[in-house]
Amino acid sequence: MGAQMADQDMIENDQPLLIAESLSKSYGRIAACRDVSFALYPGEVLAIVGESGSGKSTLLQLLSGQLAPSGGCVSYRMRDGITRDLSTLGEAERRFLFRTDWGYVHQDPAQGLRMAVSAGANVGERLMAVGWNHYGRIRDTASDWLTRVEIDVARIDDAPRTYSGGMRQRLQIARNLVTEPRLVFMDEPTGGLDVSVQARLLDLLRNLVAELHLAVVIVTHDLAVARLLSHRVMVMKGGRVIETGLTDQVLDDPREPYTQLLVSSILPP
Amino acid sequence: MTAMIDIADAKKTFTMHLQGGIELPVVRGVTFHVNPGECVVLSGPSGAGKSSILKMIFGNYRCDSGRIGIRHRGALIDLAIAEPRQVLNVRRSTIGYVSQFLRAVPRVATIDVVAEPLIVNGMSRADAQARAGSLLHRLNIPERLWQLPPATFSGGEQQRVNIARGFISALPILLLDEPTASLDAANRAVVVELIGEKKRQGVAMVAIVHDNEIRHLIADRIVDVTSFAAAA
Repeated sequence: MGAQMADQDMIENDQPLLIAESLSKSYGRIAACRDVSFALYPGEVLAIVGESGSGKSTLLQLLSGQLAPSGGCVSYRMRDGITRDLSTLGEAERRFLFRTDWGYVHQDPAQGLRMAVSAGANVGERLMAVGWNHYGRIRDTASDWLTRVEIDVARIDDAPRTYSGGMRQRLQIARNLVTEPRLVFMDEPTGGLDVSVQARLLDLLRNLVAELHLAVVIVTHDLAVARLLSHRVMVMKGGRVIETGLTDQVLDDPREPYTQLLVSSILPP
Repeated sequence: MTAMIDIADAKKTFTMHLQGGIELPVVRGVTFHVNPGECVVLSGPSGAGKSSILKMIFGNYRCDSGRIGIRHRGALIDLAIAEPRQVLNVRRSTIGYVSQFLRAVPRVATIDVVAEPLIVNGMSRADAQARAGSLLHRLNIPERLWQLPPATFSGGEQQRVNIARGFISALPILLLDEPTASLDAANRAVVVELIGEKKRQGVAMVAIVHDNEIRHLIADRIVDVTSFAAAA
């Protein structure tokens, strides 16, 4: 070829959105998360996989600022383009970030929704929190989002406690995405749903993530979910990241004994 | 001429940790290049490592050592050491891959499965679907099937959907793993035609084909993979 190797960093020189540096968390002598570092870019979906107790949920809480690390730090590039260490943000700033630029999808929709108020209010509430005050526009936008997550608009005035599990989860997603966040954390979003409901939700998520160019950190123990949704995976065991890379590379050509065990444990369809 | 693919001394071994750490050598010393408009066919018996080499070029399998040089947007990038994001960029705008089997997403209609690579690269949905439709037509997939997900199709139909998805983009490199394996004569001829068109557009291709007749029709050069056999 003759030509010299291109500087591989020049190929795509946009800035990371979220950066974790040597993140650690210990409870007394138990290390739940050890020395985790990575950078997440806009539009990138990162799956954190591993079994219960591997530290993946702790990591998600550290990344989203809900838990203070014992060591290391998390920084985020704010909408003004400035990257800031989350631990230096005031409580109000952090809450604002959570209401606008971030989403958090819980495994149990009841944790992310207000079960007794209407679906429309669940979605509209996020908009009011960022200053929307025109009732008609809020309701229109809420209806719009219900449609996007495939919920019949006729159900807008019903409370989510009257919804099925799959509908609740889709409503939780609408509530999170209505403010057009750039980063969404997801904790086992398809856990506890029937397989057919899971497939529909995954397809919906996949399309929304691509359309909205969302960056996502998704925690899952289901490698099929990681394969369908994520660009990259991190495999965790005992609080450490033991293998990381392109999703299809890690799943088709796993290197570490534990990753090989996880991959070989998938039942054929 | 500037090669599109330039592989030097690439090596791949699997270590099977669940089988007591057995080392399974696949290939070593893989060295060849592919120019624009050229179709290189990999030959060798089953198990010689042909598919593994394609997967290494696509960045699906990692290399233990050596270089997988790919010309990407005018610059040379080594996929053996590239960051995941770079590999994804290369796949989006440089390398297409027609695998042996379609890995379809549940619920997605055939027409959208085929149109997706164009939409990802910024084409409008309507235009992408129109192109997908004409390709499906050429590959004899009846229009009544286009709105259905391909999961329930026959093996040959799924493979043609896969081929349509692989051939729809104007990517400068195309990897073909047995693209004609379960097709009838008429559809094999369509695939040979499509490969000819890609050559005239300057696309560099690496293919695996067992059918001798097809191989003669498409191969500009044959690379014998047995020479890369890893010493057991």
